[in-house]
Amino acid sequence: MAALDRVKVLVLGDSGVGKSSLVHLLCQNQVLGNPSWTVGCSVDVRIHDYKEGTPEEKTYYIELWDVGGSVGSATSVKSTRAVFYNMLNGIILVHDLTNKKSSQNLYRWTLEALNRDAAPTGVLVTNGDYDREQFADNQIPLLVIGTKLDQIPETKRNEVLTRTAFLAEDFNAEEINLDCTNPRYLAAGSSNAVKLSRFFDKVIEKRYFLKDGNHQIPGFSERKRFGGGMLKSLHYD
Amino acid sequence: MSFLIDSSIMVTSQVLFFGFGWLFFMRKLFKDYEVRQYVVQVIFSVTFAFSCTMFELIIFEILGVLNSSSRYFHWKLNLCVILLILVFMVPFYIGYFVVSNIRLLHRQKLLFACVLWLTFMYFFWKLGDPFPILSPKHGILSIEQLISRVGVIGVTLMALLSGFGAVNCPYTYMSYFLRNVTDADILALERRLLQTMDMIVSKKKRIALAHRTMFQRGEVHNKPTGFWGMIKSVTTSVAGSENLSLIQQEVDALEELSRQLFLETADLHATKERIEYSKTFQGKYFNFLGYFFSIYCVWKIFMATINIVFDRVGKTDPVTRGIEITVNYLGIQFDVKFWSQHISFILVGIIIVTSIRGLLITLTKFFYAISSSKSSNVIVLLLAQIMGMYFVSSVLLIRMSMPLEYRTIITEVLGELQFNFYHRWFDVIFLVSALSSILFLYLAHKQAPEKHMAL
Repeated sequence: MAALDRVKVLVLGDSGVGKSSLVHLLCQNQVLGNPSWTVGCSVDVRIHDYKEGTPEEKTYYIELWDVGGSVGSATSVKSTRAVFYNMLNGIILVHDLTNKKSSQNLYRWTLEALNRDAAPTGVLVTNGDYDREQFADNQIPLLVIGTKLDQIPETKRNEVLTRTAFLAEDFNAEEINLDCTNPRYLAAGSSNAVKLSRFFDKVIEKRYFLKDGNHQIPGFSERKRFGGGMLKSLHYD
Repeated sequence: MSFLIDSSIMVTSQVLFFGFGWLFFMRKLFKDYEVRQYVVQVIFSVTFAFSCTMFELIIFEILGVLNSSSRYFHWKLNLCVILLILVFMVPFYIGYFVVSNIRLLHRQKLLFACVLWLTFMYFFWKLGDPFPILSPKHGILSIEQLISRVGVIGVTLMALLSGFGAVNCPYTYMSYFLRNVTDADILALERRLLQTMDMIVSKKKRIALAHRTMFQRGEVHNKPTGFWGMIKSVTTSVAGSENLSLIQQEVDALEELSRQLFLETADLHATKERIEYSKTFQGKYFNFLGYFFSIYCVWKIFMATINIVFDRVGKTDPVTRGIEITVNYLGIQFDVKFWSQHISFILVGIIIVTSIRGLLITLTKFFYAISSSKSSNVIVLLLAQIMGMYFVSSVLLIRMSMPLEYRTIITEVLGELQFNFYHRWFDVIFLVSALSSILFLYLAHKQAPEKHMAL
């Protein structure tokens, strides 16, 4: 039982959006009592049952790597952070529903994490502009989580939720909106819990069950190798 | 008629400065945050606009632009407005936003904001007591009273920043102080960091697995709560939970280690970048400047000490002195009046521009370092307050760098302040700040290679 297989999922987002609270909620099923700034990277582990309820059920470790910092940091900090982006299997993008800038910065975060293979020094070679094609080719499953849902007044909720739906569509990802201080959003059986479970299953599938057995995630530089017709992301139904 | 023209010129320039402050706020300061309270942005831009107008008036004074009486009027007006902002508006809003962050006091925000403001006013007033800045014949709410106190705070800030900047500037520019960092060092440290992370992950996996097995076996793993729970836990201890708490302690220690390693790695990356930069042409230029600035810094410290020890206050400004020297010793004859005007314009202009730019850069760095999404409003307002006080006191001090005929307006407008006191105070604080920065940088520099060697 000790030697379960593992997958590595990165949790990215601006400072103060609630990544540490989220990771604590996902892994300990408890609310984080005293959130403080994350220096460097903090890791936590969640045990996940792949294909729960079917005969092929198997247990995996999901490592959630919560990388702190801001997207506009100095190049030296970015190069240091890049050391954590090795061997990624999935990315959870966290943004603050009350702060539009944090949602906009998600594009830059994704580029930073995914571009790591393209430039060995860790320096971004793109100018950070969003390019939908790049994301369409992306192999790594993404999940978009919006936090601080409780701080949005009822009247504005629709508008915010439409905006985040567009955001998730841009990333070709599912989205979950919740409040990290309230465990009921991820209660077992709720739609959020189902989406989460599906995301983790997708990550595990990509890692362990991909047909060509290639678990080395290609960076954007290898886009040309795969040509135009891409492997569409597998949906677990 | 000319008064109207002059006023319209002033208003136009103020609007320009306001726009610049607004842009700076949006593009630089708040680029990662969303502006939800426009009041903050307006206050910041207004403070910036009125501070810049003061400098503009000095320049106009030197160049002789605009009518003298309209200049005087605008000086007074500007000063009143800026004092109003610095003493009444900004502190009140700071109090208001601090109170809004605290959930408990949400109901009576205004009341508590007023209370905070009154506390601020009390301490602000008390500030004037230990300093010999006033003659007793002025009333309570005169400009002199307010300016003198604002001046003290502002001059202290200026001297602190100036002292630290004078020492830090050569330290950062000169490549003599750069530690030697090789790629191998960085790789070794990164490997160590990743190893630590792996150890943390494996320990957390054990804890998670243990939790899950206990949960599946139906044991509820709760920490003993309450008095009886603690008594019970003394006698019946669950062997698993003891093991787990031990592992948890190990994890905490490892996490602390990983944070340290991360910071050291970031430091090494930054040093490596600086080494690469110093090899470029720009880098070499800055290195040379660094030597120049270090000499300047030593000279300034020396002059500050002399001023204090010999209780000397410079009577003439550098421009007049320079011209005197050239005329008397070097025997070069030229039109003193004409040149003195232009040279003082250039000199004062350079001082103004560099101090504004330096302050904005420092404030931006400060803001990035300490702000978070909750406190960004409060911090920006604090920075606006600091900026206003800084600019007001630089007007006070700049008087020293100007020839006598241009000093009159400042003396007239600001009233009977003891200008000499402010210069003395500046020298003292500058000396203290510079010496403590040297000590601080020396300790930091010594400590770093030792940490590096210990790996």
